[in-house]
Amino acid sequence: MILDIYSFSTLTSSIDNSLHNMMSPWMATLTEFVLVGIVFLLFYALLGLFLVYLERKVCAVIQNRIGPNRVGRWGIFQTFADFIKLLMKELITIKHADKFLFNLAPFIVIIASFMAMAALPFAKGLQAIDFNIGIFYVIAVSSLGVVGILIAGWSSNSKYSLIGAMRSGAQIISYELSVGLSLLAIVIFSGSMQLSTIVESQADGWWIFKGHIPAFIAFVLYLITATAEINRGPFDLAEAESELTAGFHTEYSGIKFAFFFLAEYMNMFIVSAIAATLFLGGWMPFHIGGWEGFNQIMDYIPSILWFFGKTFVVIYIIMWFKWTFPRLRIDQMLNLEWKYLLPLNLMNTVIISFVVLMGLYFK
Amino acid sequence: MNSTIKYFTDIFKGVLSLWAGMRVTGKYFISPGEIVTEQYPENRATLKMTGRFKGEVIMPHDENNQHKCTGCGICELNCPNGSIEIITKKVPNEEGKMIRAIDKHIYHLSMCTFCELCIKTCPFDAITWGQDFEHAVFDRAKLTKVLNKPGSSLKKKEVKS
Repeated sequence: MILDIYSFSTLTSSIDNSLHNMMSPWMATLTEFVLVGIVFLLFYALLGLFLVYLERKVCAVIQNRIGPNRVGRWGIFQTFADFIKLLMKELITIKHADKFLFNLAPFIVIIASFMAMAALPFAKGLQAIDFNIGIFYVIAVSSLGVVGILIAGWSSNSKYSLIGAMRSGAQIISYELSVGLSLLAIVIFSGSMQLSTIVESQADGWWIFKGHIPAFIAFVLYLITATAEINRGPFDLAEAESELTAGFHTEYSGIKFAFFFLAEYMNMFIVSAIAATLFLGGWMPFHIGGWEGFNQIMDYIPSILWFFGKTFVVIYIIMWFKWTFPRLRIDQMLNLEWKYLLPLNLMNTVIISFVVLMGLYFK
Repeated sequence: MNSTIKYFTDIFKGVLSLWAGMRVTGKYFISPGEIVTEQYPENRATLKMTGRFKGEVIMPHDENNQHKCTGCGICELNCPNGSIEIITKKVPNEEGKMIRAIDKHIYHLSMCTFCELCIKTCPFDAITWGQDFEHAVFDRAKLTKVLNKPGSSLKKKEVKS
């Protein structure tokens, strides 16, 4: 079984106990809220910057280039320098823009991705909130981001922004269905929407192996639809720099633009983390039934490394998509969803229900 | 029934062609091959520009300090933004006759758009592209260059035997 030395629950419960000893219960809860918030903010900013760096390096290697290599060794401080530059830039106010909504939009986008992160199980005992409807919560919250995008496009008083935002709206409304259905596959398999239970159910094998063909189809469908949901290439019609300059964030500058930029990369992390949690076992080590020695060696790798390893594999696949395929047209994109992905997903859901009812998967 | 088969074969073919594309980029990711990035200030000593690079207009001189420019002025006429000035002089040839020769071929690099019209229209191939591209100077006057070297003369045409 999983080694207890790698469990974060002893650390978190000791912090909880010492806080409760020091102050009244509601003050302790409040302090915990603040602490978790600060930890998540730091994690969010650092990981966002790292993902931008990673994206530039991966695309450089795919295109036979070197990528950032001047600021720090291998250019690792390049994104920090970019971020400082963005912080110091002027916030341009747009004439005849809706000031209140214009300033509100980046916060809605970033809060949506921030809230989705709270439910992710990062390691054993390291999860901010363990809802019993965890996966439903993540889907619901992460699709709030499109409200921010629509507001940004509407309030900018620019045709590029408006077209970009409307495209994004059409895109998310259609692809949300397929994301939900492909995640439903694992909900049917594990019989729970609670993320911790889903992870526990994969202790003897990940769902992508246990669920064999239908689970693999659901995984591929989820990757495609999730890429569309986070507005990344080849589905980046919402920004489409060759047609719409920058889409919904054309008129944004400085730190407000940085918010959109960071939220986009963190959304990529969140969808990859969900894919890793549901299909690839989350923080569960790789186990093969019957191979006791092998399983024990795998247990010695900390669960947090397993989680981030799997997540970065999925992130790499999403980046690989982006730097391979050309952008789809809006009609091609809607065709793909309504004529191919959604029927396939529905069929797959029926097949999975049948497989689970008949017990045709590996238990 | 046919349309159902077509639907599934379409999906299958689509997935195959997407996988073909991803195989290409995946191969580049694993074995990038030749890196095309030039790390400029470090590789200054070994940097080779490509053959068609347009650095600046130069006039090649041979070992006897001779060039091919006759001072006809066609490059000056063809230059769209007046970055070439031709100053000619009269020199006696071997028969004692005064003929026109180039005195100064003045080239204003600061005004040049690198359109190549002067080089294309030169009837004697006297000027060509140089590969030097580090043109930054602190004084604008330094960008005005005289292309023919001092004391140079017109190369004699080879007499066909």
